[in-house]
Amino acid sequence: MSLRRTFSTAGRVLRQLSHDPRTLLMLFVVPPILMTILKYVFEGQPKVFENMAPMYLGVFPMIMMFMVTSIVTLRERSGGTLDRLMTMPISKLDFIMGYAIAFSILGFLQALVAATIMLGPLGVTVAGGVVPTIIAAVLAAFLGTALGLFTSAFARSEFQAVQFMPAFIFPQLLICGIFIARDQMSDILNWLSNIMPLTYSVDAMKQVTLYSNWTNDLTWDLATVALFAIAALILGSITIRRQEKS
Amino acid sequence: MEPAIKINNLTVTLGKHFKALKAVNLELETGKIIGIIGPSGAGKTTLIRGIVGRLLITKGQISVFNIPAGSSQLRQKISYMTQELSVYSDLTVKQNLRYFAIMAGIARNNVNKTIENVLRAVDMSQKAGSLITNLSSGQKQRVSLAIALIGSPKLMVLDEPTVGLDPVLREKLWRLFAVLSNHGTTLVVTSHSMDEAKRCDDLVLIREGRVIAHSSPEELRKRTGTKTIEQSFLKLVGVKK
Repeated sequence: MSLRRTFSTAGRVLRQLSHDPRTLLMLFVVPPILMTILKYVFEGQPKVFENMAPMYLGVFPMIMMFMVTSIVTLRERSGGTLDRLMTMPISKLDFIMGYAIAFSILGFLQALVAATIMLGPLGVTVAGGVVPTIIAAVLAAFLGTALGLFTSAFARSEFQAVQFMPAFIFPQLLICGIFIARDQMSDILNWLSNIMPLTYSVDAMKQVTLYSNWTNDLTWDLATVALFAIAALILGSITIRRQEKS
Repeated sequence: MEPAIKINNLTVTLGKHFKALKAVNLELETGKIIGIIGPSGAGKTTLIRGIVGRLLITKGQISVFNIPAGSSQLRQKISYMTQELSVYSDLTVKQNLRYFAIMAGIARNNVNKTIENVLRAVDMSQKAGSLITNLSSGQKQRVSLAIALIGSPKLMVLDEPTVGLDPVLREKLWRLFAVLSNHGTTLVVTSHSMDEAKRCDDLVLIREGRVIAHSSPEELRKRTGTKTIEQSFLKLVGVKK
């Protein structure tokens, strides 16, 4: 692995996105707008919004990074650049880590913007404070990036990559505990939620919302999200082949 | 001189049944411009993907400079220009070249010089700061070729490098290929244009996955008793014109 190649790849990905104002708007403007809409949806029940908003902060970065990463990586595969890179001395780890670093930086900035709006103008209070909130949101973004890198291998077009959202993300969204506590779901769904990474991202946000101190459960939740992300990155690197089967 | 590329009994099956290449045997000389010529779907791209090591070979062997194709030692020695543009359209020409120069392992203090040289070679110095997306298709093609020139590779594998270029530029590029070849670079160039075949030192005519002829353009015309490569090809495949 070469740090020069890894950081050049990260820089190149960030430079590409900097030329794409629509994607930047989606990453940094859409989450605060959605949060604001959510606030006014629950205008009559401010307590519900107080509880839900931090959980959405665990979900938005993951979904957005999943979408952006899967499409950008797919372009890399379909546009021939990955083909070219794989004949060059770059290692697969340089490539994957370059993407992971670039999108983690974006995830950090996105979390920072969304958390600032949530904790500032929208008036949400989290008992755990800003730092654990940002850490949980960044890990959620990292998870989305890793899952996007992995799933892009199974899409042949950008249209198919977008279709992974309902197939791969929505089921997790339904059973991760945002809409109803997991222990109130059927046993099968409860069990399934235990093996879904988004569950731990949302659980981490619940911990941050409820407790002023750093709990063991929070450590466990964050570590689980990180492990899922690392596993997805490893699987993602396996799907990038130097030599393709005929 | 040792051949640059040796191919022994190479058969490639795509999917379950489609034989893209059938028992191909070739020895391609070092320092020559080798044209892989044939109609669309003949197996040209599959053959060069095997040479650059992007295809897992399960039947037969390919060696490049006596090293099995796909080996890590070859990655500093070869460059590959794919049929797709394989450039980042949302970056500028210079940003693309800088990135690929770093990936190719060009030393930090040589990157700018390398970029200047390859831009000059493809006549794109004036467009260094332009976004790829704002270039014409011919200009994009030249950027893609410039990337292939980075690092002075010993073997350049170019898939349809002159498609979409105007005749003046095509002429310029063929002259550049000749200069590179004179300096010892081996160039493998695919084309479905028989017009371009005459500019190669060595021709491999391919059809339906089989090599139907391998010789110099002159020998091919003599052997088939024809005036043009196109006529030679048609005669070899049994089509009367």
